[in-house]
Amino acid sequence: MLAYLLRSLTQATLVMLAVAFIAFSMFRYVGDPVASIVGQDATLKDRQELADSLGLNDPFPLQFARFLGNAVQGDFGISYRQGRPVADLLIERLPATIELALLSALVALCLGLVLGIYAALNRKGVIANIVMSLSLIGVSLPTFLIGIGLIFLFSVYLRWLPSFGRGDVVAFGWWTTGLLTDSGRKSLIMPVITLGFFQLTLIMRLVRAEMLEVMRTEYIKFARARGLSDGSVHFRHALRNAMVPVITITGLQLGSIIAFAIVTETVFNWPGLGALFVRSVEVVDIPVMAAYLMFVGLVFVVVNLIVDMLYFLVDPRLRGGATVPAR
Amino acid sequence: MSHLAATPPPRLKLTLKDRVAIWRDSDLWLSFKASPVAILSTAVTLLIVIAAIFADVLAPQNAFDPVALNLLDGFAHPMERGMGSSMLFVMGSDEQGRDIFSALFYGTRLSLLVGVASVIFSMVLGIGLGLIAGYRGGKIEMLIMRVADIQLSFPAILIALLIFGVARGLIPPQQYETTAVFVIIIAIGLSNWAQHARTVRASTLVERNKEYVQAARLMGISGFGIMARHVLPNVMGPVLVIATINLALAIIEEATLSFLGVGLPITQPSLGTLIRSGQKYLLSGEWWILLFPAMILVILALAINLLGDWLRDALNPKLR
Amino acid sequence: MSDPVISVRNLQVEFVTRRATLRAIDGVSFDIARGEVLGVVGESGAGKSVTGAAIIGLIEPPGRISGGEILLNGRRIDNLPPEEMRKIRGRKVAMIFQDPLTSLNPLFRVGEQLVETIRTHLPMNERQARDRAIDLLTEVGIPAPEKRIDGYPHEFSGGMRQRVVIALALCAEPDFIVADEPTTALDVSVQAQIISLIKKLGRERGMAVMLVTHDMGVIAETADRVAVMYAGRVAEIGPVRDVVQRPMHPYAKGLMGAIPTLEAATDRLVQIPGSMPRLSSIPRGCAFNPRCGEAFARCCVDQPAPLPVGGRHVACHLYETLEAVR
Repeated sequence: MLAYLLRSLTQATLVMLAVAFIAFSMFRYVGDPVASIVGQDATLKDRQELADSLGLNDPFPLQFARFLGNAVQGDFGISYRQGRPVADLLIERLPATIELALLSALVALCLGLVLGIYAALNRKGVIANIVMSLSLIGVSLPTFLIGIGLIFLFSVYLRWLPSFGRGDVVAFGWWTTGLLTDSGRKSLIMPVITLGFFQLTLIMRLVRAEMLEVMRTEYIKFARARGLSDGSVHFRHALRNAMVPVITITGLQLGSIIAFAIVTETVFNWPGLGALFVRSVEVVDIPVMAAYLMFVGLVFVVVNLIVDMLYFLVDPRLRGGATVPAR
Repeated sequence: MSHLAATPPPRLKLTLKDRVAIWRDSDLWLSFKASPVAILSTAVTLLIVIAAIFADVLAPQNAFDPVALNLLDGFAHPMERGMGSSMLFVMGSDEQGRDIFSALFYGTRLSLLVGVASVIFSMVLGIGLGLIAGYRGGKIEMLIMRVADIQLSFPAILIALLIFGVARGLIPPQQYETTAVFVIIIAIGLSNWAQHARTVRASTLVERNKEYVQAARLMGISGFGIMARHVLPNVMGPVLVIATINLALAIIEEATLSFLGVGLPITQPSLGTLIRSGQKYLLSGEWWILLFPAMILVILALAINLLGDWLRDALNPKLR
Repeated sequence: MSDPVISVRNLQVEFVTRRATLRAIDGVSFDIARGEVLGVVGESGAGKSVTGAAIIGLIEPPGRISGGEILLNGRRIDNLPPEEMRKIRGRKVAMIFQDPLTSLNPLFRVGEQLVETIRTHLPMNERQARDRAIDLLTEVGIPAPEKRIDGYPHEFSGGMRQRVVIALALCAEPDFIVADEPTTALDVSVQAQIISLIKKLGRERGMAVMLVTHDMGVIAETADRVAVMYAGRVAEIGPVRDVVQRPMHPYAKGLMGAIPTLEAATDRLVQIPGSMPRLSSIPRGCAFNPRCGEAFARCCVDQPAPLPVGGRHVACHLYETLEAVR
């Protein structure tokens, strides 16, 4: 158990270091940190002095270490364009993105599981086939078009739902939520559907494929041969085994859903991190880009760790020893 | 038996006619003929590609030459004649009197160009890195495959955005417009190479241990070139499937980037740019400016996706 | 002999594919009595496992039973509705699969799988079922069953897992059990133990056992009677001593000739030329005729019916003509 945990943690740290390195390289070499502070018309001497005082002439490893140290303390520098600490910008927009991403993931996971199991158990059924075909169309439908389509239908045509923003939010300290007000909830509906749709089709196809795979195994045949009820065979035995790979991939999807929020947030003018990132790319606000990269990396690593732990809980084979036997 | 040893086996020389005959007898062709979905999606894709290639000839209006536009034609509804030039706007016009139907030809051309170019770029990069990883092994392999793993777990759009942002930081602002197409091709291409690398590496590993590669190594010749020649035909199938599906993804990715405002500028519009500019008129009721580019984008992506799906099944009967 | 537990009458199983309907089992008949072990031998694809699956009601589409009947204690079971059949499965008829490594669900404790099966068929509470599970594990020879019951399948060795599989099959005291190549996947040293365990349990509980295998040694040691199958038909069926030592059907002769023995240490084992036909191209007449050294004109035209010869049945024209001549 401890060895397993330790290995996961080491890997997480390595990935995080790699991401930090990329972020640092961007921060240090792509933008011009000096120009961003003093502007274009400073003298060469001023620039030299500033570079010295910022430590830009120090050896590379020292600079990287300093960058890491600052990042750990939540200091990502000052935004070139907005002149405010990047950390403040991120914190301000974090709740909007987290709320949107978690709700979408929840919807995608629940619906994806139900539809995937249904499609697997009724493989030849008409509804299952319709669902599968629709999911292929879903893959070809760009996220932003789904959002625009929803806006046209529910905001422009039917006038039921707001087309942009979060509505009224309630603040708890630094955290804000739209779930407690009517307009907040209404504002969430379309972005959640838009963001969750792609993940939903993905999870559904995955669950279906895994279920079909497991249904072909000997232990399912043997379970049937022992006269266990269909309910137990499908939902106790098959589903639990199908869940092992589903957990991994769904977990990884949870990480990417945050990044996918970039598009959804732009479509709905959602005041989250993704929209901030797109703005920063447009105007080449390097510190914000670097910080966002670190943030996504962190989410990715944390989700991975959680997935590893879940795996450990679901699959007893991992608990015994270090090696994973083939399924 | 002896006569066989005396005369060397006749060298196979295939005429075009032979090749066509072989192709017509192949499983792939038979499966193609039997699949209405494959035929339909190929037809749709070809139609769109031809329309895009001959945009200059086929489009009724040179939609992105300001001289050709008449402001009085602005906001014509679909199937309405413009008030300025009295030209028929099949799919309506935008505020500047640009014919949406004509704009589609040019927009599709750019979308396809970016899609195809970035797929070729990612294919070359992925196959090259996959071969190197599989052949060299050791630390290089670990590094390449680790980067591929990490990259595959992030959405391509995020990676493309980052690359785009970095490129912007390195290129002086006055050159944004002239370099935009190249930047976006590289950004999308770099975000999609990992799958190719994985596939090619897997078959390279199999091939590397075969005797002819070992023999070449023993003789002091690099086995790399020989092996590449043997590996490539083996991976053509999977690579083609990945490339087809990636083409649909790349077109969507480009449209998304352009929609986000970080892709192609309005002077060089792709389908995504057209959709972006159409979005602001949605609330005021000029739906056609957005609808038609969106429709073409979805139809194109769906057709290519279906084609890729069919290709995967046809090349890999086990999966059916 | 008492009434048979299982009685298979002229069974036919077909697989419907897009190209054609393939007949995997074509007119198989046999009985198995209480406490009796019927060995079923033949090459892979001869229809041994399909016969077992048909009896237990586990033929899955595109396969189906297209003719004949299966009787359990005199009652027809091949045409029962699925839910009825499910209740009989595990309760009255059970099956042991080839590979114990893949027969057990890796994510559930051995005890959970046993208790679930017991409670599906018998009116017991959790406690009683667990006690019964421990008894069963003891009976199949698992040491320290109170402890091992909470282990996961991967913590058991191959032989021990097959013992668990047998315990699972015995949960509800079935009258009939199909053992489908139960030792193929095991180490040679363990094979004999498992076989003698199955034999012992069959005798003690008066179960009818159908032992599917391609190992003639196992058959000779374990079975009371043996059925030799070829291309979905029974070529020869009879008491094990007769069939093994003096096979009559040319195919059975070839099969027995392929067993190495210590006494007759020949240089080469006898081989049967050719291979079994695919289901899509079973020859007319006797399915064995292209490979048979004694085939004559009629063998290519008429399909031979099982013919009683002594205590056995042989499906071969050779013996009809012999009788006729006599």
